Amino acid sequence: MKLPTLREVGTEAKLLLIGIPVFIWTMIPIYHMFLFAISPKEDAFSGKLWPDHPTLHNFHIVFYQEHYFLRDFWIQFWNSTVIALAAGALTLFIATAAAFSISRLKVPGGRWVMNLALFTYFIPAAFLAVPMYRTMGNYGLLNNHWSLILAMVTIASPYAIWVLKQASDKLPVELDEAAVMDGATTLQLFRLVYVPLMMPSLVAIGTYAVLLAWNEYLYAFLLLSKDTDITLPVALGNFLAADDSPWELLMTTGFIYALPPAAVYYAFKRYMVGGLTAGAVKS
Amino acid sequence: MAITLSGSDTIPAPPLSARLTTQQVWGILLLVPYLLVFLAFVVYPVGYGLWLARNPANYVALYNDPIFARAAVNTLIFLVIGINVKMLIALFLSGFFAQQRPWIKWLSVIFILPWAVPSIPTILSVRFMLNPEWGMVNHFIFSLTGDDGPNWLNDPTVALTMAIAVHIWKSLPFWTLILLTGRLAIPQDLYEASEVDGASPWQKFRFITWPSMQMLYVTCTLLSMIWTLGDFNSVYLLTGGGPADLTHVLSTLGIRYLRLDQLSLAMASIVCAIPFVLPLMYFMMKRLSR
Repeated sequence: MKLPTLREVGTEAKLLLIGIPVFIWTMIPIYHMFLFAISPKEDAFSGKLWPDHPTLHNFHIVFYQEHYFLRDFWIQFWNSTVIALAAGALTLFIATAAAFSISRLKVPGGRWVMNLALFTYFIPAAFLAVPMYRTMGNYGLLNNHWSLILAMVTIASPYAIWVLKQASDKLPVELDEAAVMDGATTLQLFRLVYVPLMMPSLVAIGTYAVLLAWNEYLYAFLLLSKDTDITLPVALGNFLAADDSPWELLMTTGFIYALPPAAVYYAFKRYMVGGLTAGAVKS
Repeated sequence: MAITLSGSDTIPAPPLSARLTTQQVWGILLLVPYLLVFLAFVVYPVGYGLWLARNPANYVALYNDPIFARAAVNTLIFLVIGINVKMLIALFLSGFFAQQRPWIKWLSVIFILPWAVPSIPTILSVRFMLNPEWGMVNHFIFSLTGDDGPNWLNDPTVALTMAIAVHIWKSLPFWTLILLTGRLAIPQDLYEASEVDGASPWQKFRFITWPSMQMLYVTCTLLSMIWTLGDFNSVYLLTGGGPADLTHVLSTLGIRYLRLDQLSLAMASIVCAIPFVLPLMYFMMKRLSR
């Protein structure tokens, strides 16, 4: 084994001098959340770095809905799940159809539609929320899950169309020509050639839309209000309504709520990094 | 038209043109779902909102509302300071994460966590950490100095700074990753050649890294400005706009008016931002629609 030179040790030390603060900065709010989740109330409020009596009791209270703020936990979890999956599926359908039409079928005016979608993508989300709230009221959709699903589809599909169009522009035209020569109809072309080839991007976009909808707070809290209709993030925000909020339970619920998206993100990271970040900003 | 088609294509003309029309019909049909969403949930709300904000009296009311002026200034601080600090750190860290070490690879997996987890629980976690009586930060300050720490979220300047910090915490990983992608795309032999010429690390950055990344960096900064304008959570969940409505930004102010049932005032406050947002949107569309 070769001993490291002094210079190599110096470089490594400098890197550690950056790496350790980065690690601490990144982990503090997440660790703090985890710490509260495993602490009884007295320990949580004492500011210790590790509880004297770590416990899973908070999880028990959440799962068995044994607190006033948590009495609808499971139905809210279910609401979040259904809305996220529905928004993901609908976005995927709408965006794949649009990207196929614009990129492969070269439909007249396709470029124009792409620009409209991009325009939507660049409207700050909180600005669109104000008129969107009123619009959903006019459509009679307030307090209906469809209002949040459709709002999420509206926000997710522009980026979805753009990424899918970029990806499908890279597929060789010869594939389509060959399929058409063999007598494939447009639908067969879509189903048998386009979708299989686009699979990695479709996984990335589906994941993107599901996570977007699962994580959404602002639109959810504007559009849904009944305790049995709201999603988990809105329920978390409602904890703040009381002065003596049970913060250890709030953090436990938040921890449970944060686990699925983190797991999905890491499970699909390979697709996400390739499919999304490369397309996110073209250099 | 027919001449150019037959010139580039060997397929006989009649079946091709027939195929083309069915294709076009399908093409239009497949665009319909998105166009419906666009009309119902973008065109109609935006048009309706602008129509609501048409009354000049709204702008007089905004002008006379000190909260609006404060929110406008806060938004500017948030954008100018928050985003530039964030992008500079992201640029710096992209160089750090470009180093090939197993432990840095592991750190990059952890580093992405703030972006991968939802912002609501983590922002609330920070909120409690800053609680003056029971929060971990003041416990820590007390154990170090024996003095009580500040009441973090009760001072508008400190509270806004904390909101900016939360925003940076959340979105730094994303921009670092984007800039890292840009950095890794720079051909390695440029660095090798400069090494031979005895270039210092600063010279390598100045004459190789920065010139190939500056366009990406500017694009990221502008895109981040648009997204930050729409960032509601960092301020709302940390400070709620308080104390005394002094830490609002435009995104939380619009929602505040909305909750007070002053929809036309909410729209007017957004309309005031349009002159600043439109050039950004125009630039980004130009960049991305190539």
